[in-house]
Amino acid sequence: MTQISKSNPHEPHTVYIKPSKGLAALNLRDLLHYRELIFFMVWRDVKVKYKQTLLGMAWAVVQPVMTMLVFTFLFDRVAKLPTEGIPYPVFSFTALLPWGLFVTALNQGSRSLVAHQNMVTKIYFPRLILPTASVFAGMVDFLIAFVILVILMFIYQVAPAWHLLWTLPLFLLLAIITALGVALWLSAINVQYRDVNQALPFLTQFWLFATPVAYSASVISEKWQIVYSLNPMAGVVNGFRWALLGVGNGPDITLWVSVAISVLIFISGLFYFRSMEKTFADTI
Amino acid sequence: MTTAISVHNLGKQYKIGAAETKFRYNMLRDVIVDTVSAPVRLAKAMIGKSDRRMNQNYVWALKDVSFDLEEGKVLGIVGRNGAGKSTLLKILSRVTEPTTGTVTVRGRVGSLLEVGTGFHPELTGRENIYMNGAILGMKRAEIDAKFDEIVDFSEVSQFIDTPVKRYSSGMYLRLAFAVAAHLEPEILVVDEVLAVGDAEFQKKCLGKMGDVAQQGRTVLFVSHNMSAILRLTQEAIVLNKGQLIMRAPSQEAVDFYLSSGQSQAGERVWEADEVPAASAPFTPISLKVKEISGKVVDTVRSTEPVTVEFEYKLSSPITGLRVGLYVSTMRGEYVFTSFDTDTPALYEKFDTRDAGHYVSRAELPADLLNEGRYVVGVNASSFGVRRYFMDENALAFNVDISGAPGTQWAEPRVGPVRPRLNWKIERIG
Repeated sequence: MTQISKSNPHEPHTVYIKPSKGLAALNLRDLLHYRELIFFMVWRDVKVKYKQTLLGMAWAVVQPVMTMLVFTFLFDRVAKLPTEGIPYPVFSFTALLPWGLFVTALNQGSRSLVAHQNMVTKIYFPRLILPTASVFAGMVDFLIAFVILVILMFIYQVAPAWHLLWTLPLFLLLAIITALGVALWLSAINVQYRDVNQALPFLTQFWLFATPVAYSASVISEKWQIVYSLNPMAGVVNGFRWALLGVGNGPDITLWVSVAISVLIFISGLFYFRSMEKTFADTI
Repeated sequence: MTTAISVHNLGKQYKIGAAETKFRYNMLRDVIVDTVSAPVRLAKAMIGKSDRRMNQNYVWALKDVSFDLEEGKVLGIVGRNGAGKSTLLKILSRVTEPTTGTVTVRGRVGSLLEVGTGFHPELTGRENIYMNGAILGMKRAEIDAKFDEIVDFSEVSQFIDTPVKRYSSGMYLRLAFAVAAHLEPEILVVDEVLAVGDAEFQKKCLGKMGDVAQQGRTVLFVSHNMSAILRLTQEAIVLNKGQLIMRAPSQEAVDFYLSSGQSQAGERVWEADEVPAASAPFTPISLKVKEISGKVVDTVRSTEPVTVEFEYKLSSPITGLRVGLYVSTMRGEYVFTSFDTDTPALYEKFDTRDAGHYVSRAELPADLLNEGRYVVGVNASSFGVRRYFMDENALAFNVDISGAPGTQWAEPRVGPVRPRLNWKIERIG
């Protein structure tokens, strides 16, 4: 759509505006130019999220802990699902960490363009900033919940898999790429079709069942493992359990399938978003 | 001189009617077919092959517009509602992409009146300054450097650490404006048509714009206020139905704009595409100037009463609606403003106006206006709630002063009014 050329820093930069054709170039230079805005948007979202609430930041603890308690009652006490020798609360909470990050990112990210309608229709900035910032804003909740996990592991005397811990950021990155990829698709579609708002609660619920959060991936029979790993979040959750608790098989073909799907969603989402970006202000 | 803005064959096409046809069902069969095909349509739309049948109606909001603007010049843009003024500014500020043509812009484009975008009510004044500055494209260091200046200008220093949701609307606007005003873009675009705030605030905006122009920066100024155009710009372009029809020194352009296009003499009819969607449920139909015999005329006699008739439709009831006239001179100075519910009796009787077809008719008394050409603007609003419709240049008419007081002397009289005053001459000594 537009490009900024900046030969001499003291010269005002020149912007060429012309209709873009086909898949627009990603224009990362523009994104770089506005990098501080990403920081400010994340900072604002974090700051505003728990304003005028009684519990404030405690909500970041209450939500995953309550879910964990419900899961423990249903799947451990009632259904007695196998947990590969790990106490169920620690087993499920390990999965709830990346899952919580993913769900928040997906929901906030998908609604981000419509939620910032007045910005989109009034001023220029790289629209990619909106879903990106929404996804990263969930990181603070993630870090708080991570502290709770450490406390839980201490209480239940579960030793972390020290030698595997270094892989954790990689799985976190996979969760973020997946969430951002889906959010790019859905936020751009949401601009024209608000059906996305209706589909999101259903989608997240369905996705939760398709991901080994409440149960162990080992309950899926061997021949379905590859199909199961088409859900990138299965790879993320299995990876978290492996890196933190040392359970499961570790990286195998199913993880690489998850990674490939995740990257595919992300790259295609990026191009779809860029190709729709030019009409956002007109159709939103 | 270097060129700040170079616009070449710019065009912008909008799809219209897509939403209309989508929701216009005639038969249950259509509904079922439409529902069944919805996933297919969604899939098609997602891969960019939108259904041709669905959006056949296109309209060119801007077509083949070309002009160059040198650095440091102030250019006025005039045109009716829907002429493409705002679309042009939106393309220049990169909010929307053109359909055809190219624009080369040298420097940062800032918009003075899209203020407060991205303000969050829960954040404090201080936090919003940083947030808003970043959205407008300022670097953090730049905001740091100008922070004190922004706070001083906004006059809200006492409340700078209070969430802006506790601000009065005036404080909120002042703060928002202060940030936008300190952006110091190389090119400033000002859309006064979209301006919010009270007269005092608007005056401040225009003042700031004048300063910016003095500093040798490039300004594009859209306004319906011809006196502001004449005062602040040296040159202006006239847009009509998306096309640039004239570029000339401001006085010439304003004269051309005011005297052209007033479709028929003494009458203005609004076509459907001239009425913004945002004016619903109010739809203006026509404005007429009639002489005492009831004939629509372009020139009225100052010695006879004149009737101004505004015809409009309401598609749903409006509470507190007032429909009014602004009469101003060709130079843009207001002569008077009057609303149809000014009198207490009508104010009470038309507290809520039901849906329907209306005419609001005002009689201008004899011996009111002086010789010359006057512009009538119309406005429909609910005070303090919403402005439904406004057209500051709905039509223009001439006043002929034959037989008016003082015409025995062949000299022009200054001032826009020519009242027949009740003079008495007494010899007291």
